[in-house]
Amino acid sequence: MAFPILTLIMLSPFIGAGVILLIPRDRGEVIKVVAAAFSGVSLILSFFVFAGYNTATGGFQFVEQMPWIPALGVSYKVGVDGFSAPQLLLTGIVMFCAVLVSWGKDDRPREFFAFLLMLVGGVFGAFMSLDIFLFLIFYEMVLFPVYVLVASWGSGRKEYAAMKLTIYLFLGSLVAIVGLLALYFAGGKSFDFEVLLKNVGSLGFGFQQLWFLPVFIGFGVLASIWPLHNWSPDGYASAPTAVSMLHGGVLKATGAYAALRFGIQLMPQGAQYWLPLVVFLCLANVIYAGSVAFRQKDLKYIIGFASVAHLGLVLLGLCAMNAYGLNGAGYELFAGGVMTGLMFALVGMIYERAHERNTDKLDGLARVMPLAAVGFVIGSLAAMGMPGLPGFVAEIQIFMGLWQRSQSVYPYMANTLSWWYSAVAIIGVLTVIITAAWTLRTGMKVFFSEPQTPAWQKLPGLNALEKFSIVFMCLVLFIAGLMPNTVMAVVSVGVQAILKTLGVMA
Amino acid sequence: MISIQLIQTLLWLIPLPPILAFAIIALGANRSRALTTGIAMAGVVLSLIAAWTVVAGVVNLPELGRKPVGSYVEWLPVGGTTLRMGAAVDALSATFLFMVPLACVLIFLYSTSYMAADPRYTRFMGYLSLFAGSMLGLVVSDNLLMLFVFWELMGFCSYSLIGFFYAKPSAYKASVKAFMTTRVGDMLLLLGIAYLYAEAGTLNFADILVNRGVLEFLAEQPAILLGGMGVSAATLIAVLIFGGTVGKSAQFPLHVWLPDAMEGPTPVSAMIHAATMVSAGIFLLLRFFPLFEEATKGHLGSHVGLEIVGAIGAITALMGALIAVAQYDIKRVLAYSTISQLGFMVAAVGIGAYVAAAFHLLTHAFFKALLFLGSGSVIHGVEHGHHHLHAAGHGSGHDDHGSHDDHGDSHGHDEHAFDPQDMRNMGGLAQRMPITTLTFVLGGLALAGFPFITAGFWSKDEILSSAYAGLLEGSSLHSWVFVILCVSATLTAFYTMRQIAMTFLGKPRSEAAAHASENPWPMTLPLVILAFFAGVAGFINIPKDFPVFGQLAGSAAGWLHHFVGQMLVEEEVAHAFNAVPVLVSVLIALSGLGLGWLVYGRKPLEAGETDPVEGLGSVFTFLHNRMYFDELYRSVFINPLQKIADFYSVIVDKGIIDALLEIGYTIAGGVAEGFKLFDKYVVTGVSDLTGAAFKRAGNWVRELQTGQVQNYLLTGIALTAVLVIFYLFVFRG
Repeated sequence: MAFPILTLIMLSPFIGAGVILLIPRDRGEVIKVVAAAFSGVSLILSFFVFAGYNTATGGFQFVEQMPWIPALGVSYKVGVDGFSAPQLLLTGIVMFCAVLVSWGKDDRPREFFAFLLMLVGGVFGAFMSLDIFLFLIFYEMVLFPVYVLVASWGSGRKEYAAMKLTIYLFLGSLVAIVGLLALYFAGGKSFDFEVLLKNVGSLGFGFQQLWFLPVFIGFGVLASIWPLHNWSPDGYASAPTAVSMLHGGVLKATGAYAALRFGIQLMPQGAQYWLPLVVFLCLANVIYAGSVAFRQKDLKYIIGFASVAHLGLVLLGLCAMNAYGLNGAGYELFAGGVMTGLMFALVGMIYERAHERNTDKLDGLARVMPLAAVGFVIGSLAAMGMPGLPGFVAEIQIFMGLWQRSQSVYPYMANTLSWWYSAVAIIGVLTVIITAAWTLRTGMKVFFSEPQTPAWQKLPGLNALEKFSIVFMCLVLFIAGLMPNTVMAVVSVGVQAILKTLGVMA
Repeated sequence: MISIQLIQTLLWLIPLPPILAFAIIALGANRSRALTTGIAMAGVVLSLIAAWTVVAGVVNLPELGRKPVGSYVEWLPVGGTTLRMGAAVDALSATFLFMVPLACVLIFLYSTSYMAADPRYTRFMGYLSLFAGSMLGLVVSDNLLMLFVFWELMGFCSYSLIGFFYAKPSAYKASVKAFMTTRVGDMLLLLGIAYLYAEAGTLNFADILVNRGVLEFLAEQPAILLGGMGVSAATLIAVLIFGGTVGKSAQFPLHVWLPDAMEGPTPVSAMIHAATMVSAGIFLLLRFFPLFEEATKGHLGSHVGLEIVGAIGAITALMGALIAVAQYDIKRVLAYSTISQLGFMVAAVGIGAYVAAAFHLLTHAFFKALLFLGSGSVIHGVEHGHHHLHAAGHGSGHDDHGSHDDHGDSHGHDEHAFDPQDMRNMGGLAQRMPITTLTFVLGGLALAGFPFITAGFWSKDEILSSAYAGLLEGSSLHSWVFVILCVSATLTAFYTMRQIAMTFLGKPRSEAAAHASENPWPMTLPLVILAFFAGVAGFINIPKDFPVFGQLAGSAAGWLHHFVGQMLVEEEVAHAFNAVPVLVSVLIALSGLGLGWLVYGRKPLEAGETDPVEGLGSVFTFLHNRMYFDELYRSVFINPLQKIADFYSVIVDKGIIDALLEIGYTIAGGVAEGFKLFDKYVVTGVSDLTGAAFKRAGNWVRELQTGQVQNYLLTGIALTAVLVIFYLFVFRG
């Protein structure tokens, strides 16, 4: 049997959580070292999976399979393809940085880090599951630690936010589960993704028409699809930094990922039928959430809405249903995840020092934390699609994909509507202005304005771990932006396979 | 002979040194000013050498227009296709490769002196290097995607440099304004790219713009929007791409950022107005001219694309010239003059005068860089005088090289409202700053189009001649453009004379001006070199049949026309010499300058005297306030957009969506409450009732237990009696 690298990636955080619970609660430092070590293991292993993924052969690799509940057709089956391998790496990166920036956490650190690691273990599991049943277990497993983390270690209206977030996501997943069960019964009573994929042809159009939306929108809730996005800014505003980073950067990606995998891939005809309408919800994500971000005063709300907008771009890419769109979406998941993680980390650093998140009251922070200012500029440039950073690579592909889509003939829509997707592209492209507006406004006010509040000038600077994580995430952004091939080569292999199931050749 | 391989390699190396210089400066060289200076200068000089070598190598290649020299690497695999990055040179970019590095080197040299006293000098040189590198990268790009990459990078650099004194609110507002306004154009350009790619399947210039098949295909295809109205894809793509030009080259209605961009240090203005930003917009427009032209042909052929370009250009030219007349800030006059001159170029493209536009861009770059650097020299000199006074007057003895441009901010010198950029505070500088004055006057004459000896004359004349040729053919667009440009050119000559007179002639109108002094050589040498080019650059394109000068130029006559003209699929035919437009050009320049001389030169303004143009009353106020564009945009776009965003945020998000959630929550809560009540009164109630009955019974029994035997006995008897009766009646009955 091959080295079970995927299982180890997933188990490492869980084992870490178990070890942490055995450590006496007063040994805070040890707890943090253990948390960092186990997340470090996952990061390194996920890097090996990413780097070791063979783009020449493609398909699912590093597959491990064991029967689990044979009577139901459930098995423990994990594996990655070109689309999910980068997301594992993303999870590893954001998680490692999230642990590092939480080093100052002194409030019940044992429980905090244990729950954090459980959360991440669930996310890893969700990205690698090739069995729907297994996927759902991991998916639900994530919701619980998030609730506890927000409600216990959050700030502001934390109970409200935790409850709102949990109810939304739970209801969303319920709807999706119903759809997945329908797929299970229609697709040959198997939870095995690859088996289901083979049987896609046998699913009737009527079936797909009926069940596509529940699955896509159900998971879409986690990707904060408009108008079901409302949990996200509230949740992120209250969540502790590490949770915002992981949730905004990675967990949301799971939603979009599941919507693609189980929605689009397993019901391609349903996707062809519905996505031209769903695309307008995603458009609302981009434009609406972006404009709201522009008018927010609370730093965490700004980034929270920005993450809604960024997921909107991902979903727009999915809606394009062609090589450019899907590539852009896969790339944006990775790049936008790191970018969101970086932004939340920076906001957290500010809040922990100043205990203030109102942009009207913050000023001149570039002088006390210059590296945070640099990080914010880089994050902003990535968000607004500046070439050299990955946002550009994603954005341009998504818009090209949308426009190209208008050229192709629709199976279910009269050809006279060929302007449909170009109209979407035209409205969607406003995002490049909107994003520039909120990033410039925020960065200028918080970091580069003339210092007016003496208290801010006395704030302690960043510590070494915080500096390290900023530099690390910025570096990832630069590498991905300057050499998009590093990520794209893998993503595009995964997209090729998806396109085949969609019946679209690249 | 320079080999093709060498050219291909050198092309990559043109933009690289300044970008590397930026990286080195950012990563550590910024600790030493001398080192930074060395690295930044080395970067641009290397670029200059590489670029000129390339130009020398390709200038005599046949068919350079249609067969660009270059090489590419694969950059981004997408599905089955791969986007690539390539560096290439053709006739158009060769022209730019001559001008851009030269202007950059001179501006860099100037900056080393001009910015020397600034505490953030090293950062400045770093950004400036990246700016130069981006422009060079843009010029050598062989495809639209890569061009867009550098285009955006330049946007970022301009943002950083305009807002270089970010602690000053006006500077930071200007930088945001510049970035956002140009981004509106970028957005259209991005759409154009997406559309072009969707239609053509490639973004390589050589595959699209000199490829008959692709061009014809685009022209025959109805556009995806408005296609029903006979608009071809070519037209729509071309117009979308032109949107990028409107933003970057500050054309009406997106011109508002350029005048504010002077908040940046003066060398930045020179970069933006001459070597980089605004030239990039025209460069893009020139690149895509074949598409515009193709859009006029075929069964969907319409001139609407070119008409839009022509109209925007003409409006911009006139508007810029009008506003420039009523400004007092020396840099602001120049800024509006740039807008106006860019309008000339755009209008030239609109009327199909491709080569004339490129020619004017080239000459304009030289004289506008000269004028901006000259104005910087003036400001520097006046500030110097001001500090000199200040130091003498108050004995504070601080370093009298202040940081220029940022008077009044944190490093400022607590000066009262003295504005060293206000021309009303100048006057009489000719005696104190002779080199600056001479070169500035030459640059001004070039801008005004002073006949024969300035480059500006030749290029402007070529635009007017082309417009006139069209007018003779009865084209209404050409006629309008001709008339509007003539008026604008007259105004140009007038405000140039006004500026020269107010700045250099007469007596000093402020103490500072009286104590101004000439600047050191790193600042004056670039002025002299640029003045040389502002004089002679026009001779590369004297029309062959131009009287006297055509013969003098000999075989060099019309050189640029042929060189750049080969870019077009069908080479532009040089129209025959016509004396009318030339006479008009001469007349315009002389009359504008003459009028300016009558008003300002003959009897220069005295201190405290009102500027005669203020006599225009409300017209002056209107122009002085820049036609209220900023106010208009604020009330028409920015405020409503903010209201919409607030509406989303407060009404939709917090109001409707959250309210729905609340309703759902309330309903769910109501249902839960119902369950709770049910549980309380029905489920619990039943069990409670049972329990209560036992309890009551127990109490009653307890009361009976009084401890008295007779009571027990009595009870026993009573119970027995009841049981007996019960037995008798119930069971037997």
